Amino acid sequence: MKRILVGIKRVVDYAVRIRLKADGSGIITDGVKMSINPFDEIALEEALRIRERGGADEVIAVSIGSNDAQQQLRTALAMGADRAILVETAAGAGAESAVEPLAAATILLKLVEREQPLLVILGKQAIDDDNSQTGQILAALWDRPQATFASKVELSGDSARVTREVDAGLETLEVDLPAVLTTDLRLNEPRYVKLPDIMKAKKKPLEVLPLAALGVATAAKTKVVRFEPPPQRQKGVMVKNAAELVAALHAKGLV
Amino acid sequence: MSRILIIAEHDGAHLNPGTAKCVTCAAALSGAAVTLAVLAKDPTAVAAQAAALAGVAQVLTVANPANEHPLAAVLAPQIAALAKDFSHVLGPATTFGKDLMPRVAGLLGAPQISEIMAIESATRFRRPVYAGNAIITVDVNPGVQIVGTVRTASFVAAASGGNAPIAAATPAATLPTHTRFVSVSAASSDRPDLQTARRVVSGGRALASAEGFKLMYALADKLGAAVGASRAAVDAGYAPNELQVGQTGKIIAPELYIAIGISGAIQHLTGIKDARTIVAINKDAEAPIFEVADYGLVGDLFEIVPELGKLLG
Repeated sequence: MKRILVGIKRVVDYAVRIRLKADGSGIITDGVKMSINPFDEIALEEALRIRERGGADEVIAVSIGSNDAQQQLRTALAMGADRAILVETAAGAGAESAVEPLAAATILLKLVEREQPLLVILGKQAIDDDNSQTGQILAALWDRPQATFASKVELSGDSARVTREVDAGLETLEVDLPAVLTTDLRLNEPRYVKLPDIMKAKKKPLEVLPLAALGVATAAKTKVVRFEPPPQRQKGVMVKNAAELVAALHAKGLV
Repeated sequence: MSRILIIAEHDGAHLNPGTAKCVTCAAALSGAAVTLAVLAKDPTAVAAQAAALAGVAQVLTVANPANEHPLAAVLAPQIAALAKDFSHVLGPATTFGKDLMPRVAGLLGAPQISEIMAIESATRFRRPVYAGNAIITVDVNPGVQIVGTVRTASFVAAASGGNAPIAAATPAATLPTHTRFVSVSAASSDRPDLQTARRVVSGGRALASAEGFKLMYALADKLGAAVGASRAAVDAGYAPNELQVGQTGKIIAPELYIAIGISGAIQHLTGIKDARTIVAINKDAEAPIFEVADYGLVGDLFEIVPELGKLLG
């Protein structure tokens, strides 16, 4: 059975303007809309398209986090994943962020060993921590190829040809399978979930594995000691026309 | 004492300016010994440039035909072997470093601190999260080896004038063949590089077409500026992906940033927060870009931009 494992992280919705707690201990999540990390939606969409083209038989959505992350996995099932696995960590707000990338990759490796996927597709970063690490660490631990920041994926036989968005432009790599891919923005546009699919998703299997049952070392090696707002830029002046703008830039020696 | 290994980014001939910024970041740790590692097919030219950076104590070169293209799967085991005696391993938070450094961290079993904005001590770092809407201070447990990527927009490049010794290294590592370079579309351009340019002219969705976006190139050429784009402009196909500025594109810190027809989504503002002076031109007076702009001009960009070009010509 050719499987694709997709990572699904529960994050504060991208459209929410985050607010910090007054004591600097974190961000306010009470009553805040939570969603699938947008890059993970792209990862799932790519996996579904590969399956629909006959390149895979089964798509498994995996999340690591609190029990609440079942909501995001149900959405992933409604989008079209065949089954889901939640590795359940401690409860509470911020539980997802408390799992460091190295720990997340170690947990994913356990599932990779169990499921033997052809591909693991993850988002290139989560929009909460902005770490951009887990896929690369997993590839290192698994000793398999990585193709990060993918904007095009073509499977052929035992390998994949992946176009990556890099600073210089577009880079193309050929990687043997199995491999780890991480998705960039322009890989695809994720599909919308339809109501009948949400009903169907309720019947799809969602396995909950307590983290302790996996027997992996996930002790934190770092600790966030403080959250602060970024320095704010001051609003400047409005100019009336192009001539005034050029004069102002001249005066500051900028042109 | 901290011993810091910095992985040089280069194209085989030239050291990427992000590397010199990593040196400045590392210099914040007083008394730290900084070693630069150059992995290449032929590291001679790049190693000479690395050795000339002030603050570098030593340059290690690893010459191997397998290092011709920067493949993370090939470079990471060599770096992990080199890293044994170092307390910190740093690289730039460019697509090169973002791809490579976590793979090194995975091999070392070390935590990575991404997008370091400041080093406060050997174990305390500051970095942005939530698209730059919060800054966190992170402590790493004592005695733990640390991997990091450096947010290049937060640091100036180290000066030249150094003269570090260059030594060849032969890290014991088995290199995989499961990952193969095929091609890179190097968009060759006479314009300055977006990440290091002193001036940047950036266009958004309001340019309305790839044809309209050409106004940006014309204005940039008058100013000797690099060209950037918002995500919306890239998604719409008006500009290529390597021009994207923002949370998931390039994070830049030019002296002058001119945002034209860009509304100013949070994700875009993340990429330009460190610009010295921001100019915004937009027909919507309520656009959020005006909240952060030093100079704002409300109006039709298709009239204003050609006029600017004339005034600057």
